[in-house]
Amino acid sequence: MISFLVSAIRLGMVFLFGSTGEIITEKSGHLNLGTPGVMCVGASCGCFAEYLYLKQVGPYASPFLAILVAIVATFIGGFLMGLLFSFLTVTLRANQNVTGLALTTLGIGISDFMIAKTGTSFGRASKYFTASLPFAEDLGWFGKLFLSHGILIYLAIAIALISSFILSKTRIGLNLRSVGENPATADAAGINVSLYRYLATCIGCGISGLGGLTFIMDYLNGNWEYCIDAFGWLSIALVIFTVWKPNLAILGSIVFGALYIASSYITGVSFANKELFKMLPYVVTIIVLIITSMRNKKENQPPAHLGLSYFREER
Amino acid sequence: MAKTAIELKNITKTFGSVVANRDVCLSVDHGEILSILGENGSGKTTLMNMISGIYFPDSGQIFIDGKETVIRSPKDAFDHKIGMIHQHFKLVDVFSATENIILGLKGKGKFNIKEATRKVEEISHKYGFDIDPNKKIHEMSVSEKQTVEIIKVLYRGADILILDEPTAVLTPQETQKLFAVLRRMRDDGKSIMIITHKLHEVLSLSDRVAVLRKGEYIGTVKTSETNETELTEMMVGKKISLNIHRSEPKNCEDRLCIEGINCLSREGVKLLDNVSFTAKSGEILGIAGIAGSGQRELLEAIAGLQHIDSGKIIYNNPKTKTQDNLRDKTPLQIRELGVRLSFVPEDRLGMGLVGNMGITDNMMLRSYRKGKTVFLNRKPPHDLAERIISELEVVTPNSETPVRRLSGGNVQKVLVGREISSSPTVLMAAYPVRGLDINSSYAIYNLLNDQKERGVAVIFVGEDLDVLLELCDRILVIGSGRVTGIVDARSATKEEIGLLMTKGKGDEE
Repeated sequence: MISFLVSAIRLGMVFLFGSTGEIITEKSGHLNLGTPGVMCVGASCGCFAEYLYLKQVGPYASPFLAILVAIVATFIGGFLMGLLFSFLTVTLRANQNVTGLALTTLGIGISDFMIAKTGTSFGRASKYFTASLPFAEDLGWFGKLFLSHGILIYLAIAIALISSFILSKTRIGLNLRSVGENPATADAAGINVSLYRYLATCIGCGISGLGGLTFIMDYLNGNWEYCIDAFGWLSIALVIFTVWKPNLAILGSIVFGALYIASSYITGVSFANKELFKMLPYVVTIIVLIITSMRNKKENQPPAHLGLSYFREER
Repeated sequence: MAKTAIELKNITKTFGSVVANRDVCLSVDHGEILSILGENGSGKTTLMNMISGIYFPDSGQIFIDGKETVIRSPKDAFDHKIGMIHQHFKLVDVFSATENIILGLKGKGKFNIKEATRKVEEISHKYGFDIDPNKKIHEMSVSEKQTVEIIKVLYRGADILILDEPTAVLTPQETQKLFAVLRRMRDDGKSIMIITHKLHEVLSLSDRVAVLRKGEYIGTVKTSETNETELTEMMVGKKISLNIHRSEPKNCEDRLCIEGINCLSREGVKLLDNVSFTAKSGEILGIAGIAGSGQRELLEAIAGLQHIDSGKIIYNNPKTKTQDNLRDKTPLQIRELGVRLSFVPEDRLGMGLVGNMGITDNMMLRSYRKGKTVFLNRKPPHDLAERIISELEVVTPNSETPVRRLSGGNVQKVLVGREISSSPTVLMAAYPVRGLDINSSYAIYNLLNDQKERGVAVIFVGEDLDVLLELCDRILVIGSGRVTGIVDARSATKEEIGLLMTKGKGDEE
């Protein structure tokens, strides 16, 4: 049971990065369906940088630098994807859905290309990410559940909490939400709509990218698998599941993680039925959508201007 | 105190080939209310949008307190203490009043909502607003939303306030309340610009009036030295006869008999309470009432769009001489019987027209079922579009220009023109002249009269009592969902109808 929960948390944080980033992006009114691609690019950029760094320093790698290099590279990879998305949708006014889907395909392609250069094994690098507090094992179930994780897990929760605080309690958050709800209003209030959309999307994509890195370096212990995009789609579903709230996403992501791996921990499930189990997160999302739509509470609806571009001189 | 607060010199702005403003010059002093008067599409809103930084003028200068100023964005406008209250409210629905008010303000990263709420209450108290700062916008009435907009600009310390048709959505009582607040602000030294095309408001509220006509500046006059006739002349450029043509009703027969219909809202409030009346062919039946008394529900009930809880709607079919109960029919069947509804909503593009399509395509929305083959025949709708453009004087480059590029009034002409064109037996027109200028209003009145002479039963829901009295044959007065009286429009007086309008409300309390 404990090991099931620990796995659920580790996988859940992949979703948490993905959906925190997507929530920030969507709060600005950008529906970024490119998240799967962004997570692929993030993961491969991180792995690629790590590969170069470890090759450079040989056996004398500093654990701190090793982690930093990968995180920064991942963030930059995601950031650039966000920049591309914003450039296409804000500056060139392209359709967000089409752009997002294009980014997904592009992202998978880029990451496959980079991984072809580096190979699929990052076991050595992964050691730095999965290193946990030395005394965690001595504290029984408590230590295993809460203290035995690698740095990325804590980073995910920290980022989600910080995002939640910024969104609900600060001026920047208020401004950002208004951009996604009603950009014309935000514009009239003197908020730079384009700047907010650019930044929210780029930073959001950077955070989403870290989800890909978490999946490879932490959950898979450094063995690359070509299925990161599936977790991107689930992250988008998680955004709906948590009604656009990063703090709820912490719990939601663990639920998603648990649902996703549940099949492996229940004995006597055939291979075909396992795939059915993996579908559960989507089923839950649809149920949440039905409930929130039925209750019809305005606060739980998506940002009103989600997926729509904004042009000031239109009338 | 009579110092110039803001002055515009030779402002010009064009949208594509449409000139919205040409060489406009005007000025406002501190502690003064200036009305900007003009017909629809005369460029009032565009001009104000340039002052508030939404648009940037193609040429011309703006002086604030005597200094030349460039306003490139709404933020620049705030910095110069200019605040605009838009016709369409710019509020975020899921935010509270206070959150909307402090939106976009500079300050510490973490905002102090309590402090802001206190300041909002202070402003409300000073000018006599009535508002709950913690209420969410989507729970507010139109008048409350407007109050939030006004407090928003005051909170930012605006000295120059621009209001874009603030009374268009208000009841007479709310309008009086707003005017009282505006006068208090003027006495406080604020400069107020108010856009309107209602002459009596101009005369009762403002100190001076600036008139625009088709984007050109006509002149500024002191309110105390002018009168309605002079202002109308400046506004339209030619004298307009105030007599609406009205012919005697001919061959009247009962077309539509409404018998005791009741409608409940989702919350169980009675929207229509035992409404009965008869609409006759060959006459115009006016419906008067305070906005929101059930006019919309009544028309929608007849058109089959509103669920009726009890009662009958009997339609006497002139072709088959049979009686049909419209309650049993779908909206499409009702349309095919010749019952047509032309509802002009507050949001002109919201219902009935597709903004991105041209006039021709919008005509086809009503007629595409007529085609015999799978291919569309564009000729008849195109001809219809051209006819509406020339008959109703729609200002548009051509019939293929997307409707959203036209000004509000022109959009409305297209909408009304299309419904009238479909040769109905019952024509229901709700607020067909809402927001239209005088010339096009008359064009619409003539069209309605035309329909009446052809034996159509016309039901006309109007706001202006003078128009109702001059245009209609009978006037049905509705108050809080009840019929409070049916009067003969030829003999009734304005006071009589006004009294009936308020009757329903008094009973309720």
